[in-house]
Amino acid sequence: MNVWIAIAATAVGCYLVKYLGLSAPAGVLERPLVKRLAALLPVALLAALTAQQTFSDGHHLMLDAKAAGVAAAAVALVLRAPFLLVVGVAVAVTAGVRALGG
Amino acid sequence: MAEQTDIRTTEEAAPPEPARPAKPDSAVIRDALGVGIAVGLSGFAFGVTSAGAGLSLLQTCALSLLVFTGASQFALVGALAAGGNPLTAAAGAFFLGVRNAFYGLRLSAVLGYRATARPFAAHWVIDETTAVTLAQPDRRSARLGFTVTGLSLYALWNLTTLIGALGAEALGDTEAWGLDAASPAVFLALLAPMLRSTVERVAAGLAVVLVMTTLPLLPTGVPVLLSALAAPAVLVVQGRRERAQGTGNDTTPTADGDAHDRPATEEKRA
Repeated sequence: MNVWIAIAATAVGCYLVKYLGLSAPAGVLERPLVKRLAALLPVALLAALTAQQTFSDGHHLMLDAKAAGVAAAAVALVLRAPFLLVVGVAVAVTAGVRALGG
Repeated sequence: MAEQTDIRTTEEAAPPEPARPAKPDSAVIRDALGVGIAVGLSGFAFGVTSAGAGLSLLQTCALSLLVFTGASQFALVGALAAGGNPLTAAAGAFFLGVRNAFYGLRLSAVLGYRATARPFAAHWVIDETTAVTLAQPDRRSARLGFTVTGLSLYALWNLTTLIGALGAEALGDTEAWGLDAASPAVFLALLAPMLRSTVERVAAGLAVVLVMTTLPLLPTGVPVLLSALAAPAVLVVQGRRERAQGTGNDTTPTADGDAHDRPATEEKRA
């Protein structure tokens, strides 16, 4: 039940912000500070989510094969690999390191 | 699809077309399909991750059908898997989705849809459709690009979500296959093109420090929300420094702000 509550809240919230943007009169959200905050918010959240999911199980810090996989994804990104390849490299390296007992 | 019909009815409202379009329809469709197909296929990673996080097939598919903004979906299932409060989990996903409001704002002027078409078009306002649409030279191409990207991405994203969720059930232990690394890799791939200047890099670094230090102390899901404070904190410090440097740099924040407004997607890579 909790999962459905979370899904419903996310679906409604995410739809409303999309609709709000498409329907708001021009100028309402155009204040420079608001725009800059909106651009920087996903940067902070994505960085935090990457770190949390790489180095923890959600509550405890840990270092396992995933760190090697995400590091390989970072290298793929620096080499301008396409999106799917970046994800594929992370998965393959993580599985490989785990198979080797990492 | 309902979206298609509704969007087409608004075509009459478009300004008269030039004798020769600035960009041939086939070129617009090719660009749009390139992005739609490449990114649409990554729904497979979401389906696997969501099923691996313990969500049912129905819940996984409902997320792709109803939320349809990748980063928020990954964030939500990650938070739920960690055992967080459902509303804390939803809040993190919601804050990630807020950027779509600013994409919508820019698309609104370019697409010029009627009020009746907007509720349908809104569902497709995401990183990728914004990138393709804003790259078009005129309204006709913009509408075509938006519709083709939106349709191909929505169809594929949902199909590959279903296949991924079914595949995860067949695979059994998704961690043995390294599939738990897909979600952080997706976040990193979305983040990388956003790290354009020092401001973004400092905000990202501060967010990582905040989440890592508070993770063992605070309830599950809260550290990620707390890390969002890195964004206003960095802006406050930057504002102070600019004021301290005097008014000579007045143009910098504006130019910067415009640059930030661009969607960060994989368009050129895709």
